[in-house]
Amino acid sequence: MTNNWNTLLTTLSIFVAFLTAFMGYLLLGDNVQNLLPAQKPSAQILAARQQRASDRLAAAEVEASWDRVVEGIHQRTGFYADPNLPIIIAACTSCHSSKLVTQNRATRPGWEAMIRWMQETQGLPDLGDKEPIILDYLAKYYAPKSTGRRAHLDLTSIEWYILELD
Amino acid sequence: MQKNIKNQNRRKFVKHTALASFATWIGMPVVFAENFPSTLKPAALLDRAWADNLPGKSDALTILNDRPVNAETAAHLLDPVRTPNNLFFVRNNGLPPRTVDVDTWTLTISGESAKQKKIYTLKDLKTKFKQHTLSITLECGGNGRSEFNPPAKGNQWSTGAVGCAAWTGIKLADVLADVGVKSDAVYIGYYGKDDHLSGDPNKDSISRGVPIEKAMEAESMIAWSMNGTDIPMLNGHPLRLVFGGFPASCSGKWLSEIVIRDQVHDGQKMKGQAYRTPCKPVAPGTKVEDKNMCIIEDMPVKSLITFPQTGATIRSGQSLPVRGHAWTSATAIKLVECSIDFGKSWQTCTLTAAENRYAWQRFETKFQFPQAGYYEVWARATDTNEQTQPMILPGWNPKGYLNNACHRIAVKVTDE
Repeated sequence: MTNNWNTLLTTLSIFVAFLTAFMGYLLLGDNVQNLLPAQKPSAQILAARQQRASDRLAAAEVEASWDRVVEGIHQRTGFYADPNLPIIIAACTSCHSSKLVTQNRATRPGWEAMIRWMQETQGLPDLGDKEPIILDYLAKYYAPKSTGRRAHLDLTSIEWYILELD
Repeated sequence: MQKNIKNQNRRKFVKHTALASFATWIGMPVVFAENFPSTLKPAALLDRAWADNLPGKSDALTILNDRPVNAETAAHLLDPVRTPNNLFFVRNNGLPPRTVDVDTWTLTISGESAKQKKIYTLKDLKTKFKQHTLSITLECGGNGRSEFNPPAKGNQWSTGAVGCAAWTGIKLADVLADVGVKSDAVYIGYYGKDDHLSGDPNKDSISRGVPIEKAMEAESMIAWSMNGTDIPMLNGHPLRLVFGGFPASCSGKWLSEIVIRDQVHDGQKMKGQAYRTPCKPVAPGTKVEDKNMCIIEDMPVKSLITFPQTGATIRSGQSLPVRGHAWTSATAIKLVECSIDFGKSWQTCTLTAAENRYAWQRFETKFQFPQAGYYEVWARATDTNEQTQPMILPGWNPKGYLNNACHRIAVKVTDE
C-alpha cells in the first residue's frame, strides 16, 4: 500500500515539475534564453549585425526622402502634396506612372472622361466614393492653361549659353 | 473542384498580401482594394529601377513616363545625320519582354488572306531573304502633342519623338510573297512580345498595322539591326517592323506575328480614338464620336532645328550657322526655309538629297543679325506634294496628333 502511494506521489511530483516548467516557458517564452548566461557573439557576427542594421537605416532614410514634400511637391511621385494624396497615389499609379498624370492637363469633365476610358478599355475598377475626391484633386492641380493658338517659347525653361563660333 | 477553391483562395491571398503591403507603403488602407483586379499589381510594388536606368539608353533622354517607358530626345541631340541608338526616342505601350532568346525567336505569318501559315526563325529570315539597309525616319503620331490647346491626353511629347536610323533587315514584301498573299488582302496587323501594363496575358498592349499597299512598299522592312548593331531592347530587339512616313506605332516591336487580313486590322489601338483624327476638320475642343474618327496614315511634312541648341547667345557681327533635318511621307523634301523675323521673311537653306525615301534630309544656312536683341529661328519645310508647315498649330484634334507646326529656337545677340 505504502509502495503504491510512493509511486503515485513520485508521478504527481514529476507532473507538477513539468507543468511548472511549461507554465514558466509560456510566461517567459523566448526570453528564457536571455536568462541563461550570455554567450559573447563573435566579432564576425557582430559586424554582420551592424551591417544589417545600417542597411535597414539607409533603406529607411531612402524611403523617407522619397516621401518628402519639397515646395509642395511629393518627391517620390511628383504629385502636388494634398491631404488626399494617398487616395490619388492608390488610384492613379496602379497601372501607370504618376508621370502620365502630372504631364497632362484637363478640366474636371476631361479628367472624368479619362477615368471612363480607363474603366472601359484598361480595366480600371469603379472608384466608388473616392471618385469625386480624385476628380477634385486633378481638376484643381492639373487644370489646362489657356495658351491660345500657339504658346510663346517657354523662356523660363531656356538655359542661355554663350555659343562659341570661329 | 477542390483544387479550384484552393486556387481561388491562394489568388485571394496573393492579392490581399500585395494590397496589404501596398497599403502599408502608402500609409493608409486602399479603400477600394476589393475592386482591384487580381492581375493588377500596384506599380509601387514593381521595380523602380527602370525610371533611372533605361537599358541601352542615354540619361540625356527626357523621360515623360516610366511605366510604360516613354522618353524623347532634345532637338540638339538629334543633330547627327543618323540618330545614335542610345538617343533614339522610346514610345512603349506595354512592358518589353524581360528576356529574349534570339535562337528560339520566331515570326509567324498567318491570317485570313495568307495562302498558308508559315513560321520563320531569325536565322531563316537572315538567310532566306535578300538583306537591305535603309535610313528611315520614325516619328510618333503624337509628337508635338504638348502644344495642343485645349490639351490632349496622353504623353506630352514636345518635339523629340522622332529619329532617323539605318535599319538592316529584309523587305516585308519579300516575306509576304514567300507566304503568299490572297487577292482579297487589305491590311496587315502585327503582334509583339510586350506585355499589357496590367500584366494580363490575355491583353495585347498594342497590335496595329498598315494597309497592304503600304506593306508592299519597297521601303517597308522587317529589321533586326539599327545603325549596324542590335536594336536596343526598348526599341524592339530582336525584331521589328519599320514603316517610314506612317505613325511609328505601325512599326511593331518585339515582332512575333504578322496577320494578313481581309479587313482593316482590328487589334489593340486600331479602334476608338487611338491613332485617329477627325474624318472632317473640327473646332478646337470638339467631342468627336468614334465613328467619325479616321485612322492616321501619312505623316505630315516636318523639320527640326538641331543646331544650335535653343538659348544660344552670340555677339553682334557674328554670323550664326543653323542646321537641322526635314522629313515627309511624300516622295521628298524639296525646300527648307528659315526665318529670324518671326516669319516676315524666309531664307532658303541648302538641302541634301535623301539616300533613300523616308530618310530625313539635312538643311543648312547662316544668318547675319541686323542688331542686338532677342530672336527666334524658325524653320519650315515644303515637300514634293506642295505641303508645308504651319506657323501656328495645325488642325486641333481630340488626341493631339500630327502637330507639324514649324520648330522654333531662341537666340540672343549681345553688343559686348
